[in-house]
Amino acid sequence: MQTALKSTSIKQKTNQALGVNLEDARISKSYLAVAFIAVLLGGLLGLVQGLNRAGVLTLPAWANYYQVLTAHGLLLVVVFSAFFTIGYFYAGLSHTLGGLLPKVRKIAWVGFWTKIVGFVLVVIPVLMNEASVMYTFYPPMAAHPMFYFGLVLIVLGVWALSVGAFIQVANWRKNHKGQHLPIMAFFATGVFILLVGATAFVAVEVLFLIIPWVLGWTDGINVMLSRTLFWAFGHTAVNIWYLTAVSAWYVVIPKIIGGHRWSDLLTRMVVIPLVIMNITGGFHHQIVDPAISEGIKYMHVFMSLAIGFPSLMTAYALFRVFERTARQKGGTGLIGWFKKMPWGDVRFLSPFIAMVAFIPAGAGGIVQSTNQLDQVVHNTMWIVGHFHLTLGMSVVMTFFGISYWLIPYLSKRVLTPNMNKVGVIQAIIWTAGMVIMAISMHIAGLFGSPRRTSFTTYGDFAEQLGWNPLMAAVGIGATLLLIAVILQVYAVFNMMFFAPKGETEFPIAEEEPGAAKTPYWTERWGVWVVLMLLVISMAYVIPIVDMIVNAPPGSPPFKTW
Amino acid sequence: MHLDEKIWLFLSFGMIMIFMIFTGYQAVALEMGPPSHKETIDPQKVDQTAPFDQPGIKQIGENEYEVVMTLQIFSFTPMDIEVPAGSTVHFTLTSKDVTHGFQVANTNINAMVMPGHIQKISQKFDKPGKYLVLCNEYCGAGHQAMSTTITVK
Repeated sequence: MQTALKSTSIKQKTNQALGVNLEDARISKSYLAVAFIAVLLGGLLGLVQGLNRAGVLTLPAWANYYQVLTAHGLLLVVVFSAFFTIGYFYAGLSHTLGGLLPKVRKIAWVGFWTKIVGFVLVVIPVLMNEASVMYTFYPPMAAHPMFYFGLVLIVLGVWALSVGAFIQVANWRKNHKGQHLPIMAFFATGVFILLVGATAFVAVEVLFLIIPWVLGWTDGINVMLSRTLFWAFGHTAVNIWYLTAVSAWYVVIPKIIGGHRWSDLLTRMVVIPLVIMNITGGFHHQIVDPAISEGIKYMHVFMSLAIGFPSLMTAYALFRVFERTARQKGGTGLIGWFKKMPWGDVRFLSPFIAMVAFIPAGAGGIVQSTNQLDQVVHNTMWIVGHFHLTLGMSVVMTFFGISYWLIPYLSKRVLTPNMNKVGVIQAIIWTAGMVIMAISMHIAGLFGSPRRTSFTTYGDFAEQLGWNPLMAAVGIGATLLLIAVILQVYAVFNMMFFAPKGETEFPIAEEEPGAAKTPYWTERWGVWVVLMLLVISMAYVIPIVDMIVNAPPGSPPFKTW
Repeated sequence: MHLDEKIWLFLSFGMIMIFMIFTGYQAVALEMGPPSHKETIDPQKVDQTAPFDQPGIKQIGENEYEVVMTLQIFSFTPMDIEVPAGSTVHFTLTSKDVTHGFQVANTNINAMVMPGHIQKISQKFDKPGKYLVLCNEYCGAGHQAMSTTITVK
């Protein structure tokens, strides 16, 4: 074992010395290229909607608002986030576990093409206006069957990628008995476990409920059951993108600011509960649904709020790391140390703004998870404002910040001072756009303006209820965001193909010197998965059995657009 | 672990518990639980099933009304309801086709209305005026036109 240890650690060292393995880099670059093309298209469609809701733009007859909104949601929540997450973690696994195994590389490519084919199958009916069913595709609205076949392939692709990641991690653990998984790989393991758990629910929904129904093999569909299965996936998906951003906050950012990372044990203790408790959060999307008793809904308030606790731990940890690092660099005073942070470095600035955005975003999340407060804002623009803060700022700005070192690292190029400046300007424009948009959306929602609704005056009610100026502000925000999107996509492809050649490091912060050793129980993934399954059963078995046993006659398919 | 971290985590946990206690107190003691009615109905026979065979508004007590309402693309039945100020209205709702939302702006009425399920929600209307009723779940091409009013006199 001693020699095996040595040989892999040599392999890891060569990997780190020689920089990225080119074959592994091709995989991650392909995922990232798709991700940023999706951002460009999704952003463009976002502008179209923003201007429509502002009352400035009437859509042409061939592009219906709901078709545009369906594409916007799918491109940004399903394509961009998933492709970025996979590209980023596969680069992280390759870097910290001594290069991808040849079979894992093969799996990564199979997964890539499965996802791309699936995505094309989803896009065709959307473009033909045969699938304007939104990201949530609630039955009994029924899209063209091709849409659902595409979704199945996307899920199969995700599973392939997850299996690849598990093989890579298991192989490393076999060769490094008794050692802790490197922290980046630890986060990746958590993310891929959640991806499998979340997509399992939507796979059941699509394969066993929807596909037989749209093909006419069954007469009716259980509307409540499909909706519940969807949200077990739909909410977890966005939390997975958030956990991906959190991994960069803990592991990468301390290195970029020249510090050490937060306690290894506490970092792992944030990942573990997020994995165990995440999937049950989906129920808070169903607080005002019929057919779920008040008792069950109350239990789910607790299950949803519990996810907030690890995030509150994170808030403390990150600011503590910032303070400690800044003081080591000579920062003084209660808040004077703030001046010592590298504000001009986009690799820090963008994720920092992302973290700050998570303060109101997380607070809003806690508020709207409680039953009565949710009833005020459910399905209003408030919710849209909320997820533009959480996803549009906390997640996306972290991903943008990552791109300024990850892409040069993968393409063996460097981040030039000029490109850094583009990034800083991009971050500022994006922040301005998102802040204007998210604040207006939150307020409009409190006044009752509904989400997922094209421009309408409701007689003169929209004016009377004060929605119009807020919706105009949303249009302004969307315009700024598209400018920022164009800058970002330009930066990404420039760094991928044209920036000056050179070596860029994959920044992974070290532990504080003399830090206490992390106990080995943190590595018991088998136990965490069993606990996750127990929590899921506790949350879902009673309501789902109830929905099946007491189901009304099923609903036939409808195409209402 | 530093002392200030312990304090922070204690406060974090406390905040979550306070939210839990308030939510529970409002639901149990103040009867403000979210709309969670559990009756079902055959979604293809709504028009033939009581009480939805006779949708409309009915006075059931002093200052108390029951509204039996169906939601369908892209309208509510009945439309344009009128009630006197100070009355409590109990809505009984179901959908004849896809999933809809039932929301009244400037009130706390907000409920999902699904085919196959009967949903119930009540509200006391004190302030006279015209209230906007709208569908807040995307239901198709005419979703933005799905609205009506409640007039409180």
